Amino acid sequence: MSAASPAARPDGGRLPRLLAGIEPDGSPAGLLAHQRAYGPMPRIPAERLFDEVARSGLRGRGGADFPTARKLQAVASRRNVGAVVVNGSETEPASRKDRLLMATLPHLVLDGAQTAAEAVGAREVIVKLSIDALRPADALERALAERTDRLPVSLVEGAAGYVAGEESAVINYLGGGPAIPRFVPPRPYERGYRNRPTLLQNPETLAQLALIARFGASWFRELGSDADPGTALTTMAGAVAEPGVYEMAFGTPLRDLLVAAGGPTEPIRAVLVGGYFGTWTTWAETATMRLSRADLAEHGAALGSGVLIALGESACGLHESARLARYLADQSAGQCGPCVHGLNAMAESFAALVDGVAHRGERDRLLRWASEIRGRGACHHPNGAIRLITSALDKFGPELERHARERCSAPPADLPGLRPPAGGRRVPR
Amino acid sequence: MSLQVRINPIACDAHGLCVELLPELFRLDDWGYPILDNAVVPDDLESLARVAADACPTLAIVIEETATIA
Repeated sequence: MSAASPAARPDGGRLPRLLAGIEPDGSPAGLLAHQRAYGPMPRIPAERLFDEVARSGLRGRGGADFPTARKLQAVASRRNVGAVVVNGSETEPASRKDRLLMATLPHLVLDGAQTAAEAVGAREVIVKLSIDALRPADALERALAERTDRLPVSLVEGAAGYVAGEESAVINYLGGGPAIPRFVPPRPYERGYRNRPTLLQNPETLAQLALIARFGASWFRELGSDADPGTALTTMAGAVAEPGVYEMAFGTPLRDLLVAAGGPTEPIRAVLVGGYFGTWTTWAETATMRLSRADLAEHGAALGSGVLIALGESACGLHESARLARYLADQSAGQCGPCVHGLNAMAESFAALVDGVAHRGERDRLLRWASEIRGRGACHHPNGAIRLITSALDKFGPELERHARERCSAPPADLPGLRPPAGGRRVPR
Repeated sequence: MSLQVRINPIACDAHGLCVELLPELFRLDDWGYPILDNAVVPDDLESLARVAADACPTLAIVIEETATIA
């Protein structure tokens, strides 16, 4: 590159681009390496940022899939905006993308956070991490020491646990309370950290925003489709040769995601799309689907936080789902009756069905509970657990009859986060 | 304007007074917690809904006036 040429920019039409600046050894990219890969961070007026982000079509990558520009504007339109919170909790057990991003490209996440914070008129940036996220914490600390940011940034490490990453739980925790969800609304953008309007964003969303601020919406849209522009970080887990985090363009066939992750290690029975709150798709369905909201929605699925778990033919979808249902029931924050009692009863009922020891009418009762409990928690935890259970009944239901007749001998699939406790006690993540 | 009811599930302790007072609006689930099938309160039940909200021992019933969408 000549000295007169514009600053470095990753090719918008080629992968990887969000992850283009990762160091070969996976160590955190320092400020110089970061600027060599992505160019310097321009300061852009708030209105232009909102406009570029709106035209880019970027949506939140923490699972809620909300249009980022609308969230930015909702916060910016309020008075006395408090903080921008980078919600790096990543409490979905299988997800690794935010840890990877913060550990390898901390400056990109911080660029996005600063830019968003200045645009919405925030006074500070807070990065919330889970207590086990040692490499991200170390990388961010080192990155902060190299930077001269306009707004102060602090790192806060906190409880893991499935619901601790839920946005109102993060606000609660940052305010000195326990990391459990609140009754909303008011939502954090209305009343969040220190009771001020607060912008909570996922690290990937902010990293994508940092690139949109640099290179514009058209660059962002060079990959992906009109309906689903850009790329997404996906965490591939389960029966693939090289589980890990992969940046993929929207519109990519799901089969190609498995290929990118080294290919299946055995024939695939089904894929759990969207993590433990997710939806099972059979292999026949998966083989025809693309990474697009429309394709996923057609099968009742959503990308969520970008986790795809491949289940091999040797494993039993019913037993794995029963284990996940138990895990999710145990992860209830314990605040709402329908979640505490309902999810526990549902996990028990589902396990009885799967083990072939259920009474007549158990399946109907389970489905009635599903419809009665859905939507009755303060947060979406029960909804996610119910989605997993009903999706398992939907996709693996025909096998229940065989389970009632004979013992299922499939070995456990060893799903991430569900490994049997080593010392008799599950170590909190 | 019309009245909308929300239950704060964190505050609710399954005392069940809401179902006693207003079975037209609330029913119990298998664990004694109220299910609200329709959040919009019919006009003729508005005063009873306010009574139920005041009677709830944990003040878990939230009543909100919302602009009716024409």
